Amino acid sequence: MRKVLALAIAAMLPLAAAGCGEQQAVTVYKQGQYQGKPDKQPWDNDQFKSDKLAWERAIKARNDIQDETSRGTPTAN
Amino acid sequence: MARMKFLCDAERCIECNGCVTACKNEHEVPWGVNRRRVVTLNDGVPGEKSISVACMHCSDAPCMAVCPVDCFYKTSEGVVLHDKDLCIGCGYCFYACPFGAPQFPQDGAFGLRGKMDKCTFCAGGPEADFSAAEFRKYGRNRLAEGKLPACAEMCSTKALLGGDGDVIADIYRNRVLKRGKGSEVWGWGTAYGKPERQPSAKPGA
Repeated sequence: MRKVLALAIAAMLPLAAAGCGEQQAVTVYKQGQYQGKPDKQPWDNDQFKSDKLAWERAIKARNDIQDETSRGTPTAN
Repeated sequence: MARMKFLCDAERCIECNGCVTACKNEHEVPWGVNRRRVVTLNDGVPGEKSISVACMHCSDAPCMAVCPVDCFYKTSEGVVLHDKDLCIGCGYCFYACPFGAPQFPQDGAFGLRGKMDKCTFCAGGPEADFSAAEFRKYGRNRLAEGKLPACAEMCSTKALLGGDGDVIADIYRNRVLKRGKGSEVWGWGTAYGKPERQPSAKPGA
């Protein structure tokens, strides 16, 4: 009888301990600060391999191409 | 560091809605959500003017200020983005935005309001770049590909300019000067009007 009781108590212990492991389910907000996931820089990827200057050059080329007056072949004068 | 902005030239916009279509197509935006739209003033009247409007990625964004769960953030390029996993779809940002940029997908039998969706300046969101999760939630990340927003790059008349604020402001200023007008239509005078003149004190008055 004692063995059965000891076994029952031993089986109950992990269940009782599981209650102590309850995770906080509510987000604690810090007023005025971004609470979401962090985002990477646009140059931190396989294409630019963290080369910020290469990314800036690519963006600058795209920026400049929007000006149709500068797109033509440069002339002598 | 570039500070990303949009600028729409009302003299050039022909209300073709190419920017709207480019945005819809690029990000597979669902029905009922318009990240970008074309607004026409004095529609049908000779001299009508159209401009393409989306999130303007404000320097001091009111949506960020009013969000109760602080799901907005601003990237180092000045692009205002948000985390859809945190958004509760309350709509405060819609009321605060002067451009009507935040959109809310309607879903379900009772017109349930979903999480906010808006223009991302084609910069994706806080998920791994080029991942399926990023595309599903925020659309394509063109900025990480070294490209500018699809709407601006697709604009046939180049009315809609997008990119580094300083560069596109220069492009627009040169256009205005080529049109035969001077600094009176672009600059301080446009934004703030002529300086007020103090009435000269008359002697004996």
